[in-house]
Amino acid sequence: MQLVDLSLRDVRSYAQASITFGPGVTVLVGPNAQGKTNLLEAVLRAATGGSHRVAGDGPLVRAGAELGVIRSTMRTDEGRRRTIELEVGTGRRTRTRVDGQDVRRASDALGVLRVVLFAPEDVALVRGDPGERRRFLDELLGQRRPAYAAARSDYERALRQRNQLLKQARGLRGSAADAAVGTIDVWTEQLISYGTQLIAARVAAVRALRRPTDAFYRDLADRPEPIRLRYRSTAGEQIGDDEAADPDTSTTIPDPGWIAASLRAALAEVAGDERRRGVTLVGPHRDDLELSIGALPAKGYSSHGEAWSLALALKLATYEVLAEVGDRPIVLLDDVFAELDTTRRARLAAACLRFDQVLVTAAVEEDVPLEGARVDVRLEDGVSSVTPRDTQEAG
Amino acid sequence: MYEGAIQDLIDELGRLPGVGPKSAQRIAFHLMQAEPADARRLADAITTVKDTVRFCARCFNVSEAEHCRICQDQRRDGTLLCVVEEARDVQAIERTREFRGRYHVLGGAISPIDGVGPDELHIAELIRRLDDEPVEELILATNPNVEGEATASYLSRLLEHLGVRVTRLASGLPVGGDLDYADEVTLGRAFSGRRELGA
Repeated sequence: MQLVDLSLRDVRSYAQASITFGPGVTVLVGPNAQGKTNLLEAVLRAATGGSHRVAGDGPLVRAGAELGVIRSTMRTDEGRRRTIELEVGTGRRTRTRVDGQDVRRASDALGVLRVVLFAPEDVALVRGDPGERRRFLDELLGQRRPAYAAARSDYERALRQRNQLLKQARGLRGSAADAAVGTIDVWTEQLISYGTQLIAARVAAVRALRRPTDAFYRDLADRPEPIRLRYRSTAGEQIGDDEAADPDTSTTIPDPGWIAASLRAALAEVAGDERRRGVTLVGPHRDDLELSIGALPAKGYSSHGEAWSLALALKLATYEVLAEVGDRPIVLLDDVFAELDTTRRARLAAACLRFDQVLVTAAVEEDVPLEGARVDVRLEDGVSSVTPRDTQEAG
Repeated sequence: MYEGAIQDLIDELGRLPGVGPKSAQRIAFHLMQAEPADARRLADAITTVKDTVRFCARCFNVSEAEHCRICQDQRRDGTLLCVVEEARDVQAIERTREFRGRYHVLGGAISPIDGVGPDELHIAELIRRLDDEPVEELILATNPNVEGEATASYLSRLLEHLGVRVTRLASGLPVGGDLDYADEVTLGRAFSGRRELGA
């Protein structure tokens, strides 16, 4: 897939801007705080419904404006032209149009534009909380299968309902407590039903990520140690084990019946604790993706360079996983090259050659050893503007 | 801000579901310019609804008498009972003209976040009806969302032992649509709920 055109109105530092992109590499060049990342953020918002910098659409709207508009036009691998148009704003409902038609739910626009973004913040994938890694898996799966995003929001809803019941019952005793959790079994079943879908999809995603993550890590790191990825589920340690999940076959989708049974058993085991603490203690909202470099857990033992290489390898691996089904995604690299030494820059540049389209931001042009188009980004009087350089000049 | 009465009207209209400030203003000015008889008819319709319409004592559908028209209609099949969340769901099913049984309106769905448990719904009344009426099949037609599914599953557990056949509405593809355009969730559900083609 290729992003052909991006137009912004009243988004972040842009009053009005439009850029046309060609295939291959485009480097957005400009000093810091000129509006380069805002462009990638807008592309990411159109693709995933979120931003890598903030939660909620409010900050995306230019100061003083009521409403921001992001229009993107892409060409699919089959040559079809598609568009996504978003109106984002504070307090009001976001309006989303796909191919000129209003969509019923914002999640219907997910997966139309497919991107993989890597930004310095992504080092948190390796060093941060489990929540970072769950979000990583959820974003990947949401782009790969829109039904996943729906199952996830249903899960969150069932979880909130169940937690509300547990919270109400806490502190009550005897029959009053029993009455307060009277419908808990119903919510437990809902939680298991949606939770099973999430766990099965995440386990499959982790398996699909293994080989490409290991390959990209070898390309990027100084010491090419083997990378191990394992889904660690609170529903049962054995869920992440390949052997236990599929004793007979090598299918990549674990058996949902088995996951549901494990989750049900795990919930039964913590039922007493849950009643005491008033919160749901097991399920995909508490799971983690375990990463190890060599024999050691990456979280506590990796050096900064290793953590960086692993986070980048994971993100690039999502490209392969997304490309397995449907269009090849667009790769967005936000301020990545500046953080790398010369050797790693060259390695990353080599890895980029396999991608159809790469959009890169850089403060110093010389940091990016990639051929391709150059677009200058400048901020004047608080308003950003973009100027594509002559393709001849850019070589 | 406008003065006095017109602003009061805009404020009142703005409190209606689905009416934003802009629409409220447009409706208010439309009413101001309308014939006095038209405006009065609307005002009368609103007061009449509040004075005369209530909920059916048996099924909790909207009704002008103690029992609604459907409950009074002797041609209806008393062995089939369809459970819905809201009275407007009765109208939706009635429009299909497929269903000839009777209804039971729960008045919502179980949702702890909104403080709605089984006791807030007309569930006790439903169980009483199953004792009093010759119901053979209970069709659970709550919404196909998280709360609707939870309510349906609560009811099916509760009624399991009563010897009544309990069924759930199928969810699936819209008729007349292309498979191509169905959203993935709907298509996925249609797949898991697929059925044998009768010979």
